[in-house]
Amino acid sequence: MTATLTPVRKRSALTKGQLPKAAPYIVLAVALILGAAILALIGFNAFGWGIVSAILFTAGLVGWSLVVEGVRKAKDKLATCLVVGAFLIALVPLFSVIWTVLVNGLPGLLDPGFLTTSMNGVTGAFDNKTVEEGAPLLGGIYHALMGTLLITVLATLISVPVGLLTAIYLVEYGEDRALARAITFFVDVMTGIPSIVAGLFAAAAFFAVVGPGTKTGAVAAVALSVLMIPVVVRSSEEMLKIVPNELREAAYALGVRKWRTILKVVLPTAISGIASGITLAIARVIGETAPILVTAGFATTINANVFSGWMASLPTFIYTQILNPTSPSNPDPSSERAWGAALVLIILVMLLNLGARLIARIFAPKTGR
Amino acid sequence: MTTTSLTKSRGAGQSGDKVFSAATLAAGCLILVVLFGVALFLVIQALPALVAPGDKIQGGEGFFTYIWPLVIGTLIASVIALVIATPIAIGVALFISHFAPRKLASGLGYVIDLLAAIPSVVYGAWGVAFLAKEISPSYNWLAGNMGWLPIFQGPASATGKTILTAGIVLAVMVLPIITSLTREIFLQTPKLHEEAALALGATRWEMIRMTVLPFGRPGIISAVMLGLGRALGETMAVALVLSSGALTASLIQTGNQTIAAEIALNFPEASGLKVNTLIAAGLVLFVITLGVNMIARGIITRHKEFSGAN
Repeated sequence: MTATLTPVRKRSALTKGQLPKAAPYIVLAVALILGAAILALIGFNAFGWGIVSAILFTAGLVGWSLVVEGVRKAKDKLATCLVVGAFLIALVPLFSVIWTVLVNGLPGLLDPGFLTTSMNGVTGAFDNKTVEEGAPLLGGIYHALMGTLLITVLATLISVPVGLLTAIYLVEYGEDRALARAITFFVDVMTGIPSIVAGLFAAAAFFAVVGPGTKTGAVAAVALSVLMIPVVVRSSEEMLKIVPNELREAAYALGVRKWRTILKVVLPTAISGIASGITLAIARVIGETAPILVTAGFATTINANVFSGWMASLPTFIYTQILNPTSPSNPDPSSERAWGAALVLIILVMLLNLGARLIARIFAPKTGR
Repeated sequence: MTTTSLTKSRGAGQSGDKVFSAATLAAGCLILVVLFGVALFLVIQALPALVAPGDKIQGGEGFFTYIWPLVIGTLIASVIALVIATPIAIGVALFISHFAPRKLASGLGYVIDLLAAIPSVVYGAWGVAFLAKEISPSYNWLAGNMGWLPIFQGPASATGKTILTAGIVLAVMVLPIITSLTREIFLQTPKLHEEAALALGATRWEMIRMTVLPFGRPGIISAVMLGLGRALGETMAVALVLSSGALTASLIQTGNQTIAAEIALNFPEASGLKVNTLIAAGLVLFVITLGVNMIARGIITRHKEFSGAN
């Protein structure tokens, strides 16, 4: 009697032909070991190990799945591997860029006076001395930092009113008129203008109006505005659109004028999104190089006047220090300064991005419930 | 008394209304004027180069002989960028929209967006200081083993500062743009389609192939076109990475040049007719990117009307 009651372990038809749960881990371990072994034969490096192991892992898992589970599941596994692989590949340049900038930029940034001196009077002779006799690295990015801040602030002062008012027109007054549709279309077109063309436009306009060869910080600010306005319009428009219509109707019902409604009800509701959109727009233009290069030139001295004279900025400083080192025979000090400036620029951009998120969170309208 | 204050406030409110709506209208019109100005000023400043006798232009054979190698070079660099970036971007977008755990997805999307936040000049510096050095051995390998293909004809550049390196850097730069656009489109796939496919027993990949990709195809095309627009106009990466030269078919030799990089490298020191020539080159670039972007936008708007997703 007892013998007949012994449960017979039989795999259900539903779970038949499945890989065990631990299958990916087993294949991963095998692939890593095999990969290391193969790389050990031809010379080990971490990047190659990753690539070889990934290929082995994919082949192993898909092959196993093909044998046990059949073609359809194997294809699914292959697609999953490829998609995850694509994501990992996309991360490689991100970390590589950040790592390169950190490693190369920190020594430059930590030089005394790097943030507080300009390149005024720093010649190749000093750089040769730095390399040959170990003299301290001279010169810094103060003038470029000043230039970037001044140009960006001026560009923001031009772009934000124009962009914000346009967004208000599109959302509150446009009502799908031909003009509103034309503006929407051309704002889209503007987002696609290559940055160097924006720079050329500002240069061409000032050459024609003020005089040939006009290169000042203000021209650069106009060029950056051409790039910044469409971003501000787009983000503000999206934010104004999601303000609930009930709020506007409630204000109108209380007899509030349309412009007061917009200023006191609509804008405060959307302000968090608008402010973070503007911050992101600033982050976008602060790193633009090409338009500044053709509109403000590059300078080695401090120039606090945006309306006259060439002006340095962080991106053009990086560009010129790499392409035309201060001392052509010893480019190392120049590249150290360039990387230091690149690190400062990345920190600025990341802070602005972070700031945009914080602004969005802090100024978000209180829901009350 | 109440009536007067009411009328008063009404008067103030009315003029406020008028001033405010006029201000918004003016801002909107200003944008149209600016864009018109872009075209107008570029044309005015470019005209001298277009009508100048051929021997005055750099190269001595007229503007069009000067510009066409640059146009081809620009297209080569952009096509390399797209060939590399498109499959990876679609993979990343699928990963974030359909594969990654829901809680991680938005954070991972933000990480990819960080790629877009890094300034182009930093990419250029990275390309010339890191990528070109690391990648030049593989160019030697390509020249040795694939040299029978015209695009990999040796001898490979020793510095790695070639159009292929520039294209790879451009690929990294357009990747976040294509990713974020396609991700949005994939997320708009009607949930019912996806669930219907899964309910019929489709695996995840079959579900994606049958519902997500067909639904997203116009979106993918336009995202790639917008990425192309960005790659065409990208300046700094190419200006720093590529050691330019005459037009060559080989991607791993020194040579080729793009319009944007040509302008950036020469404009600061240019004077006289050279300025006009470079502005004319900028005009050509503007027209090309404008065409690409308008086609992309056209696809998006047409798709919006028929999709029923919104």
